[in-house]
Amino acid sequence: MMSIDCQTLIPLFVAVPLGLSLLVQLLARRQPEVAEVLVILTLLTLALMSCYSIGGSGVYHLGGWPTPVGIDMRLDALATLLLLTVNIVGLAVSIYSVDYMRRFTARRHFYSLFLLMVTGMNGVILAGDLFNLYVFLEVAAIASYSLVAFGCAHEELEASFKYIVLGSLSSALILTGVALVYGITGTLNMAHIAARIAENGKDTPLLLAFGLFICGFSFKAALVPFHAWLPDAHPAAPAPVSAMLSGVLIKAIGVYVLARLAFNVFGISGNELSLLRWLGLLSMVTGGLLAVGQKDIKRLFAYSSISQVGFMILGLGLGTPLGLVGGLYHLLNHAFFKSLLFLNAGTIEYATGTRELKKLGGLNRKLPVTAATSLIGSMSIAGIPPFSGFWSKLIIVLACIESGYYGFATAAVLVSIVTLAYQLKVQRMAFFAELPGNLKKLQRETPMMCLAMILLAIGCLATAFAVLTGLRDPWLVGAAQGVLTAGIFGG
Amino acid sequence: MIYSLCLLLILIGLYGVVVSRQTLKIVISLLIMNHGVHLLLLLIGYRETGSPPIVDPGISIAEFAGSAVDPLPQALVLTSIVIGLGVLALMVALCVRLYDRYGTFDITEIRRLRG
Amino acid sequence: MNSPRKLRDETTGMGVTVKTVTRWLKGPVLLFGIYLVLYGHITPGGGFGGGVVIACAFILVTLASGERTALRLFSKGVASRLDSVGLLIFLALGWLGTAWAGSYFFSNFISTPEAAHFTLLSGGIMPVANLALGLKVASALFLVFTLLTAFQIMEQGMKDKPGPERQHREDKA
Repeated sequence: MMSIDCQTLIPLFVAVPLGLSLLVQLLARRQPEVAEVLVILTLLTLALMSCYSIGGSGVYHLGGWPTPVGIDMRLDALATLLLLTVNIVGLAVSIYSVDYMRRFTARRHFYSLFLLMVTGMNGVILAGDLFNLYVFLEVAAIASYSLVAFGCAHEELEASFKYIVLGSLSSALILTGVALVYGITGTLNMAHIAARIAENGKDTPLLLAFGLFICGFSFKAALVPFHAWLPDAHPAAPAPVSAMLSGVLIKAIGVYVLARLAFNVFGISGNELSLLRWLGLLSMVTGGLLAVGQKDIKRLFAYSSISQVGFMILGLGLGTPLGLVGGLYHLLNHAFFKSLLFLNAGTIEYATGTRELKKLGGLNRKLPVTAATSLIGSMSIAGIPPFSGFWSKLIIVLACIESGYYGFATAAVLVSIVTLAYQLKVQRMAFFAELPGNLKKLQRETPMMCLAMILLAIGCLATAFAVLTGLRDPWLVGAAQGVLTAGIFGG
Repeated sequence: MIYSLCLLLILIGLYGVVVSRQTLKIVISLLIMNHGVHLLLLLIGYRETGSPPIVDPGISIAEFAGSAVDPLPQALVLTSIVIGLGVLALMVALCVRLYDRYGTFDITEIRRLRG
Repeated sequence: MNSPRKLRDETTGMGVTVKTVTRWLKGPVLLFGIYLVLYGHITPGGGFGGGVVIACAFILVTLASGERTALRLFSKGVASRLDSVGLLIFLALGWLGTAWAGSYFFSNFISTPEAAHFTLLSGGIMPVANLALGLKVASALFLVFTLLTAFQIMEQGMKDKPGPERQHREDKA
């Protein structure tokens, strides 16, 4: 295989999972095992393609039509970072779901929807104009609504209904924003919009459009006060779906698009970023405090996701290079350790049949791989050195201090302590306590599930290692610079 | 002036979502909201004395661009209507399944998830 | 004596008037849908609109004569397969743009001479794309409608599916 240009790979990120989603529907009628093999192979290919495109960039004109007329897809360092996150976590989750989903019927529909969700997320990351962003956003969102309701139990349907109503509401707001931007600038291509806003300045209708975008995408990213669907949807979904939703979906279609729109398209800086900072602070504090009192392990992790997304948005809202590095690094880390924690919770549920912390205990001996990876994940998210979470939170706190926001820095440190508190609660109640009587007879954890969890744990450790030893330049610092200096979007 | 009527339609849909007690009425209010947004998008592409954006064999491209209504919002609305159709099908299926499980369409009784 | 066919007709679906008119109309509606799909590059219409009208032809049959008759014409398995095949054709079209012409995805590799513009066989890859989309939208919509009417409401003693099949009209001629 000669060196393939990064540019030719760009449409394949969307076309490959879409095509394989349809092939899974066609070919896996009798044996769902065919679906499993196809899905794992697809995600492996996508993960390898994302690793190959580190450091690359390019613009791909669909159909050969030049830019103002045609649709483009753009790859730059920020997109590469997100692609890596989505596809590697997707690979681990698909390996996990082989065994977890054996109890469900209609598995080919699950795998088909899973691949559609990956298509949607890759499409959002690579989209070069606003309307394609909206279409791929809807593809990912519709796939996720169906996946949350997959088991058709009471809670899953109720959670999915709440999720779909709030999701449609936010999509309508986003479309209104797109309509306003088109009316004012006359184009939908994000680079052209950036150029026109830079030369004409931001007047009130554009600020209204930006406000609508913030409302809409904050729903998708589950920032407080738009978070009401997340604590119901993430616990109720099957475990691999929760891992994908909490680990990558809220970031790929929430945080990433907010960063793109705020920095690259609208060129917001300085005071106008304070809205993002306050939203971040509110999410951090509310998510953290609400997580402490939860009795259900997955609901606790869901509130913890809200809190961590607050950290990311705080980092992004600082607007300085250090803040952006912190926010993006936290995004990458959180994808790995939150998916790992949700997969652990799924294994616990698979083994014991319950999710309530009061009924669990002493799983250290019975589920060794789960316990070990859960310890790594908990220490990472709580911010204990030398695990990855410590470094990303440290960078965010230092960036707050550097910009002079001492209040935000103090809040970040306090919320980290709260995070440590509820993670210790989970560890103590689920793993280190005494084994209750009714749990003597458990299912064992299966090899595929262990493989997936070990993969994610290695990912957690690898990101810490990569940043500490200075391997961070191509993907992390480049991504932050790409956001700030409007990299490939400029001009 | 006409844009504010579109906004009124969107707000009516929003009011319906917030106030409705039945799941199917929430679905219909979301549809109304979507209709309002599509109308806004179409009206942005409107031109007072414009002709429909269909190219006839005799006309030149420059003349066409100067006299026709903007076709891009029409394509966007078409796509959005199809997306809305997919979401509508999913929502109605969820409502039917919810009725199966909970025995009611009333959202105040479908409240098992709390905390 | 009533032939078995006549007996079956009388016990499902709506009255004789509705059934007869539908039997006459389903052909033209289907034809109109196919026209919208095929001429989508010249007149308004295209894959989406045409696909919806094609699905409507079958939905009309479902509403008038009951689900079983419609499923005999267009079964769920066929619809599910056509659904996936339609979009796969669309993707294959995109990929052919890269492979054949050596350029980008979805680039136009069919070209027609100037004189043949505005006729049926013009417009590059668009008619093929319209066909693929029409196939997909029609089968998807019909499948959605059939599956939504197949939900059983769990009441005691009801084993049949509720819906048009169980309605009896008094005005049978």
